[in-house]
Amino acid sequence: MSPQMIDRLWQAAFDTLFMVGVSAGIAVLAGIPLALFLVTSEPGGIFSVPRANRLVGMVVNGFRAVPFIVLLVALIPFTRFVVGTTIGVWAAIVPLAVSATPFFARIAEVSLREVDPGLIEAAQSIGCRRRHILLHVLLPEALPGIVGGFTITVVSMIGASAVAGAVGAGGLGDVAIRYGYQRFDTTVMSVVIAMLIVLVCLVQVGGDSVVRRLRTR
Amino acid sequence: MAVLALDSLGTARAATPRVAAPDAIPLTRVDAGARGTVRFENVSKTFRSASGEVFALDDVSLDVSSGAIFGIIGRSGAGKSTLLRTVNRLEQPTSGRVLVDGEPIAALGIDGLVDLRRRIGMIFQHFNLLSAKTVRQNVALPLTVAGVGKAEIARRVEEVLRLVSLAGKAETYPSRLSGGQKQRIGIARALVSDPEILLCDEATSALDPETTLSILSLLRDINWRLGLTIILITHEMSVIREICTDVVVLEAGRIAESGPVWRVFGMPEHPATRALLAPLTRDLPEDLAGRLTPYPTPGRKAVLRITYSGRTPPDLSALVAAAGGPVQLLQAGIERIQGHAIGHLLIAAGPEAEARLRAIGETVAGIGYVAADD
Repeated sequence: MSPQMIDRLWQAAFDTLFMVGVSAGIAVLAGIPLALFLVTSEPGGIFSVPRANRLVGMVVNGFRAVPFIVLLVALIPFTRFVVGTTIGVWAAIVPLAVSATPFFARIAEVSLREVDPGLIEAAQSIGCRRRHILLHVLLPEALPGIVGGFTITVVSMIGASAVAGAVGAGGLGDVAIRYGYQRFDTTVMSVVIAMLIVLVCLVQVGGDSVVRRLRTR
Repeated sequence: MAVLALDSLGTARAATPRVAAPDAIPLTRVDAGARGTVRFENVSKTFRSASGEVFALDDVSLDVSSGAIFGIIGRSGAGKSTLLRTVNRLEQPTSGRVLVDGEPIAALGIDGLVDLRRRIGMIFQHFNLLSAKTVRQNVALPLTVAGVGKAEIARRVEEVLRLVSLAGKAETYPSRLSGGQKQRIGIARALVSDPEILLCDEATSALDPETTLSILSLLRDINWRLGLTIILITHEMSVIREICTDVVVLEAGRIAESGPVWRVFGMPEHPATRALLAPLTRDLPEDLAGRLTPYPTPGRKAVLRITYSGRTPPDLSALVAAAGGPVQLLQAGIERIQGHAIGHLLIAAGPEAEARLRAIGETVAGIGYVAADD
């Protein structure tokens, strides 16, 4: 491989990390409140608003139904509105975050639902208000599951970011397609695959170790 | 009582004496004299289910007096839990009202409800401790969410942990504790905000018999030391016998029977009560039952059951003297509940003993006759 190609690979790895990192951050900030809403707003929940619950549920399902490559294109007007451009790393971050948020929210929702209703009842019996229940019961008790779900989300975002080349955002997947596939450069292809494997393993191992530490309390 | 050291009590309660100094009770209380009382007025609760309406509670009226240990007993699905949970409004009655300290709780807004719940502690069958928090954080939570200062929280947590004999476990996570220890932490959490009522929802049902006894004696001690009203539900009559002063028997959402424990145990009137008492009462021994004959024949002795449900324990010498002749004790089970001797004696005596014993005021029932050499 030429020194230029090595530079290109480093730049691509950085782009991938940056895209996935920023959009994962957004997915957490938006996904956890969304998941809390989905769990607590259903009938019998502590913030019961069944109609809004159904509506939000349908919107989430709608986003989950659209394949990422389609979403990327369909969101172009929205992306331009938010970041002022439709090409480059930032143009990929918008659709990545929009697609990861409902995904992560659904996974976090499952963990929140597994919190024993008896704990919520106990919290009510000691005089907790609803915000205390979110803060002291639901989130801390579901945290191991939420962290595990976040790991899954990040791994699937690394996969999705390969498509970001379609809006000129670069990243490892883009290099693999343009050089490895279209120019028949098997070496580049292998190196990119190896880098992706290492990246995904690091994320998974890191996530697992955090979950393990949380669970052994 | 082993679980509660005197010095810990002295320091724990010195600041807020409750039993000894009634004038220390805040004057804002609606009915200061009746602190820790609960009144149920015609409370009914219906649930809607797929198969139609289910009456969980049906016109229940009850008074729980201050400082009582009040037992609610009944079979599964009798409505015990529902009744208990109306006290802190985890459950809302469909009709009727619940009054705590003379104040109807249905009218309370969210602030009033939070305040009410801080005056009512609750413990659960499955403990319901937060696994992500340490013992200290669990016990401190009621005060943390009430906005109490850090130093005050530390002091109170220390006090209640000493009260339940688990001062050394403050930094442990609940998953490392045994069932009995978890329930002690549950009790500490319920007591930390200094409540006037403690609700116990099957608090010992998940514990082994030995741990059950230690938790029950802890509850009795808390009741006695702090003057706290305790309302507990259970399906084990032995729990009621062990610590309760009063008991209500629920059957299909209605009150079958209620009153002081000695009376309900000594003279159970409702079939539901008898059924619940069955494990505690002894049947006629089988070998004896097999040899009983219904009619007296010469040379046979009468088998008599003498029942005690009153204040005086059996006077054996009076029995023997009245029976006039040899008396054999076949079986005996006398319990002492709240100063009352409750239970029965099974004796074999001469055929004329039944009438003679009745003459001296004993409650006698003839069971049958056995051969004299038995």
